[in-house]
Amino acid sequence: MYKYDSYDQEMVDARVEEFRDQARRRLEGSLSEDEFKPLRLMNGLYLQLHAYMLRVAIPYGTLNSEQMTALGDIADKYDRGYGHFTTRQNLQYNWIKLEDTADILADLAKVEMHAIQTSGNCIRNISSDHFAGAAHDELVDPRPYAELMRQWSSFHPEFTYLPRKFKICVIASEKDRAAMRLHDIGVQIVKNEAGELGARFYAGGGMGRTPMIAPMIRDFVPLDQLITYAEACLRVYNRYGRRDNKYKARIKILVHELGRDEYVRQVEEEFAHMLEQGVEPPREELERIKPFFADPAFEDGPKTLDRSDPDFALWVDRNTNRHKHDSYVSAVISLKPVGGIPGDATGDQMRLMARLAKQYSFDELRIMHTQNVVLPHVKISDLHALWTELEAAGLGSPNMDSIEDMIACPGLDYCALANARSIPLAQRISERFNASGKTEKLGELKLKISGCINACGHHHAGHIGILGVDKKGLENYQLSLGGSEAEDTSLAKITGPGFTEDGVIEAVDKVTDVYLAEREGEERFLDTYRRIGMAPFKEALYG
Amino acid sequence: MRVLTGNDLKTGDVIWWTGEGWSRHVDDAVDAGDSAEQILATEEAALRVNVPYVIEATREDDGSVRPAHIKDRIRALGPTVRQDLTLKPKDPEAIDWVI
Repeated sequence: MYKYDSYDQEMVDARVEEFRDQARRRLEGSLSEDEFKPLRLMNGLYLQLHAYMLRVAIPYGTLNSEQMTALGDIADKYDRGYGHFTTRQNLQYNWIKLEDTADILADLAKVEMHAIQTSGNCIRNISSDHFAGAAHDELVDPRPYAELMRQWSSFHPEFTYLPRKFKICVIASEKDRAAMRLHDIGVQIVKNEAGELGARFYAGGGMGRTPMIAPMIRDFVPLDQLITYAEACLRVYNRYGRRDNKYKARIKILVHELGRDEYVRQVEEEFAHMLEQGVEPPREELERIKPFFADPAFEDGPKTLDRSDPDFALWVDRNTNRHKHDSYVSAVISLKPVGGIPGDATGDQMRLMARLAKQYSFDELRIMHTQNVVLPHVKISDLHALWTELEAAGLGSPNMDSIEDMIACPGLDYCALANARSIPLAQRISERFNASGKTEKLGELKLKISGCINACGHHHAGHIGILGVDKKGLENYQLSLGGSEAEDTSLAKITGPGFTEDGVIEAVDKVTDVYLAEREGEERFLDTYRRIGMAPFKEALYG
Repeated sequence: MRVLTGNDLKTGDVIWWTGEGWSRHVDDAVDAGDSAEQILATEEAALRVNVPYVIEATREDDGSVRPAHIKDRIRALGPTVRQDLTLKPKDPEAIDWVI
């Protein structure tokens, strides 16, 4: 994985000291909260419901054992012994003190991490496929391109005050495991007919109060023009994106209002102009980055395993992904124990995952946008030993992509923006479906829960989505069906009137009953919904 | 009653105006009445509270204070999904109070 050079390290260290001074001035009173707020947000420090919250960037979800250990140590030393992995492949600490924050940032900087650009109207942490560099179906490892974009977008002076936040995703397979088309810009590394690598661009996707699927805006951008084209996309947005209304300020609104074709025309015009200016980083920079993502020294080994333990066999079937080397798999560590809080991990669990990564996965971990952790390169012959340790630590739930593997945002239990709680629903649904044995019958079913319209819980993209709203001071939940954030991206549709907390759990049960009754062959919930439509589900819910 | 709340500048802790200072316990809160806005301005300027605001609440028969909105009840208690981290970790009925 990428290692900082002296320039990277100096930049991050300098930012820590800058923030230390800013925090000191705030604590002394020479900065007002209005003056300090944008400064702390630029360093990922929010003021949430109970305390300050610090969001730490994990570039394209990749980190090593030393970094994961540091995250666990920070959780114990400065927080309350745990952290929360987010749907942006980041980590949030919920109980941070302002007076400690500079020291935390210094501890992060020691392991080449920071919280820069995890908030504010700038280009946020670049996200990617959590199986990047390991998946059997990828064209190339997308992370060198994500890293190039990270370097380009870090402290970019022109894009520090965009109309609104800006999220970029880079993948390199036809299978979309990163919700690429629900980003402001989605980049897919592809090959053209001549066999050359290039970038397919999508722009104007997003969730929130106005969900939109990004249209493709260019089929092929040569890789030596990747940054120039991205910059052209940003320039048009920065120039014409609305600044008068934050709810209409995202690029999706601009693309929608201009129309895809007019947006593309303007980008192409800007692109042609910028090509003449020669803003593309030298090709040597990409070549410098690539070796950091070279394959580790894979060894041939057994390709089959002993499946006599049914619990182990179930975990293997559910929680491993086919690797590009046939003696390895990628193993998913579930942060969704039955009745647990999705995405939460204790300091001890983080350190354990770090040790397991060192022992079994060439020192690498990945954070999934579904709030789990991946050991990307595990020998098939090591799987049983790995599973045994995960089981003992409560991290061996065999539930990837099942209804128990739901996404849930922090909701009203932690978030100042939320209207309703998300986590209790996740806990009750996982307990209920696990106890009844229904999870196994349902197979792949992606449930996503958001506590407000900002959609951090990706409810628009859930096979089943739940949105918490405030109804006259009471929590109320809207149910929606038919969303997907995969390569078949679609937006879920609301079923009808909302439900109470108890009511929405019953409603989820009812819609899954409809699926089980109507399912044909190997259909997933989503397939059945798409075939039979909303009517049978509405009938079961409201009929 | 009109109750003042905000966060401690250094720690971020949720705090409530007691009439003389700030407490982490909502039951210590007093009715600030028409003086609420002036107290907030003074206290914020003195760095004794950060991002303060006024909420509606009621004083219950047992003397406890109940914020009108669930968001402020969760702020007053702590996350309902981690009772061990609330101000009442050993009270099995504490979460019910929020809802």
